[in-house]
Amino acid sequence: MRTFRLMLRTPLGATAFALLALVIATAILAPVFWSDQAAVTNTGDLLAPPSAEHWIGTDNLGRDLLLRTLVATQLSIVLAVLATAVAVGVGLLLGAAPLLLGPVLGRPVTWLTGIAVAFPGLLLALFFAAIFGSSSGAAVMAIGLAGAPSFARLCQNLIAGIEARDFISAARVGGVGRFRVLVRHVLPNIGEPLIVNATIGAGGVLLAFAGLSFLGLGVQPPDYDWGRLMMDGVRGIYTNPVAALAPGAAVVIAGLAFNLVGESAARTLGIADDAIVTSALRRRSLRRRQVIQPEAPAPTSDDGLILDVQDLRVTFPGATAPVEAVRGVSFSVREGEIVGIVGASGSGKSMTALAVAQLVSDPGQVDASSIRFLGTELRTAPKEKLRRLLGTSLAMVFQDPMSSFNPTMRMGDQLAEVATEHAGLSRREARGLAADRLAAVRITHPARRVRQYPYEFSGGMRQRAMIGMGLMLTPRLIIADEPTTALDVTVQSQVLELLRAIRDEEGASVLFISHDISVVAELCDRVLVMNNGEIVEELSARELSSAQHPYTRALLAAVPHMDTDLTRPLATLKEAGDAEGSAR
Amino acid sequence: MTTVTTRMAEDATRISDHRWLRFILRRSGRLLVSLWVLITASFLMIHLVPGDPVRSALGPTAPAAVVAARRESLGLNNPLWEQYLHYLQGVLTGDLGVSIGSQLPVAQTIAQRLPPTALLAVLAFVLAVLIAIPVGVAVAIATQRGRARGLELGFSSSSVLLGSIPEFLLAVALVAVFGVQLGWLPVAGQQGPSSYILPVLALALGPAAVLSRIVRLEVLAVIETDFVRTAQSKRLRTWKINLRHVLPNAITATLTLGGLLLSSMVAGTVLVETVFAWPGLGSTIVGSIQTKDYPLVQGTVLVYGIGVLVVNTAVDAVLAVLNPQSTVAEG
Repeated sequence: MRTFRLMLRTPLGATAFALLALVIATAILAPVFWSDQAAVTNTGDLLAPPSAEHWIGTDNLGRDLLLRTLVATQLSIVLAVLATAVAVGVGLLLGAAPLLLGPVLGRPVTWLTGIAVAFPGLLLALFFAAIFGSSSGAAVMAIGLAGAPSFARLCQNLIAGIEARDFISAARVGGVGRFRVLVRHVLPNIGEPLIVNATIGAGGVLLAFAGLSFLGLGVQPPDYDWGRLMMDGVRGIYTNPVAALAPGAAVVIAGLAFNLVGESAARTLGIADDAIVTSALRRRSLRRRQVIQPEAPAPTSDDGLILDVQDLRVTFPGATAPVEAVRGVSFSVREGEIVGIVGASGSGKSMTALAVAQLVSDPGQVDASSIRFLGTELRTAPKEKLRRLLGTSLAMVFQDPMSSFNPTMRMGDQLAEVATEHAGLSRREARGLAADRLAAVRITHPARRVRQYPYEFSGGMRQRAMIGMGLMLTPRLIIADEPTTALDVTVQSQVLELLRAIRDEEGASVLFISHDISVVAELCDRVLVMNNGEIVEELSARELSSAQHPYTRALLAAVPHMDTDLTRPLATLKEAGDAEGSAR
Repeated sequence: MTTVTTRMAEDATRISDHRWLRFILRRSGRLLVSLWVLITASFLMIHLVPGDPVRSALGPTAPAAVVAARRESLGLNNPLWEQYLHYLQGVLTGDLGVSIGSQLPVAQTIAQRLPPTALLAVLAFVLAVLIAIPVGVAVAIATQRGRARGLELGFSSSSVLLGSIPEFLLAVALVAVFGVQLGWLPVAGQQGPSSYILPVLALALGPAAVLSRIVRLEVLAVIETDFVRTAQSKRLRTWKINLRHVLPNAITATLTLGGLLLSSMVAGTVLVETVFAWPGLGSTIVGSIQTKDYPLVQGTVLVYGIGVLVVNTAVDAVLAVLNPQSTVAEG
């Protein structure tokens, strides 16, 4: 009942229910009022086009088609509901076969439904219609049985979801009969999604029934449903096309009514009736937009500065007020320097990295008085110049190597496209270079590896390949956003070693983002400590052990050592917050 | 050291070859089993008909001697297993029996009727895909991250509506508008290229609407993935990101659904052919069910079923090549 009220509150739910109520009211009332009138023949007015008296014309016996269409609602809906009931009932029995018959007899049934489900419903309906013959009852059976495999599949999945639960096992151990287990224990627990799917299915069954009647294989005269009316209407399509289209419109409206009620119930109950749709909805994020600020007074930048950031802010629209993820951060990276940004999750360090790389997408808004990379002001540079500059001189390494490569593209091609795009290499040359770069990041058999897909690489190899991708051209800055977080400790140290070697051999600077202060201390020359979107302390790696700021000290304290007292709980950053509070 | 790593690498390649082999074997096995079930079902059909199928085919007025003779010539008096073996043998050698009505070999009728139907389904599928992918991608890119709400609403509602109109109603509407009112296009039969336009449209528009919705949702989902951010960090041109990184990953679900749509299109031809008096397999199956010409029904059902199986297998194969990880690894 609560669900029902919730559904009515959404515009979709309210419309759907109004539509369905209208259809059902017509189904009940139309035959009561107009059944006789719809049967009145008038030989003086055969196959008439629409007129004031007959809004959609008359049929070959002069009967009014509007009345016949309205009266046909009842038979059309009743037959569709019956066929749906057959489909759900048979589907439930088939789907519960392993439960009812035991695994040995149940498996072939499951197996056969699996095969039957691959065939379109109409084909199955025709198969059964050929066996049962042409009549309303036969069509109910034919369409019901044709719909059964997909309901069987649904029931299998639903039952598999609850079968392992304790109360089912308990009922079984307790010697409750199999059919009783199904009715008493399983059915109440799968009832909701089953009814919702049956409602959606009823819409499809209605269309299928109209199709079968339209072919002359369903309802037979003197009875008539919408499909039959369409079939008769098509014969007179030259004189009165509306005669065929009006019952067709009725089919679509009634079908939509069932469909929408089911869909809105599914949404309200949170039943995923369509995995693709829901995953896309889940993944869809908020709006993001980058606003270019008017030119600020150009800050002086020394030579030797690869990156210079002044007063960087990143804001996201919040529920009530905008949320500032980064609040006025200023820092710079010198040539050949490895700078670490460390902080707990949510401290704004990754957002800082993305903002510098111009990769914050809507609805995030990046403001700064200056972001200079290799002497170019990124906020005001023309788009094409920016693309070239960042494409050739800035490399990114992301956190999760498993999801950061395109699964449908060979590794070599993913590396190669950097060089074909920005350095004008041919595809063949670029592939050769890709193999060379894979070798440079210590991946064995690079010539074979370039032809492989990402899933054939291990996590550590992918992260090295990602760094190799950054080395396709001559990067001056590598921004590595938590590059070792998803890796285990030995692989982690290989990746760190590699970044250091690249700095030494290629002279590239590195901006290294991590939550792990011990890793940062090991790799970096200089460390920026971020908390709450601000840089709270900046110090050299050597000074780190003697850090002053309570937050930095808390980060350090949270790292367990060989001599950490294991009888006490490990330190957490909550204490850090407290420490910071008391320090103020 | 080097030899050890070489051997490990070779093992890795061999394992992936082995996976492909297992994948191909499993799929072929499934196809063969499905075929066997299909053939058996079509064989059983004539035996599941209540009463005497020959009597109901020839009608109550046919002399008993004629019915008996026809039963004999159809082999219906032999033991069931013998009929089954004979049927299997016939199917394997392309002999599908003889029509009760016309006395012509069923295989001959099907050979005549299949090409127009297959052409209709293939053209409609190609058209649906050609409409759905560009439209879905374009709408996804235009409406990503909540942009262009109006377009999103218009697209969603019109595609839902178009997708829920059954193909035979669409066919009737197209005939009413373009054939009858405007008189631009032929409304029945198969003469010349122009006679294809309306049937193909009637079959293609609904699936195109459904498919374009899926394409849009998939593209929207892929745009948010880490590897698209990686592609952005390479500063590729937007169209290259969309073409190389977004589209191939959005296509998997599109194709899976497209395969389902294609097999339902194969069945949808039945209804559309009836509207357009198309001389194809669809009219044959409907006609033969009405006249209870069971051997002809058996043959057409079998051919339709095989068509569906071939389509499903082809889709699986394409998916495996496009996205080897998910398809091949899962078998």
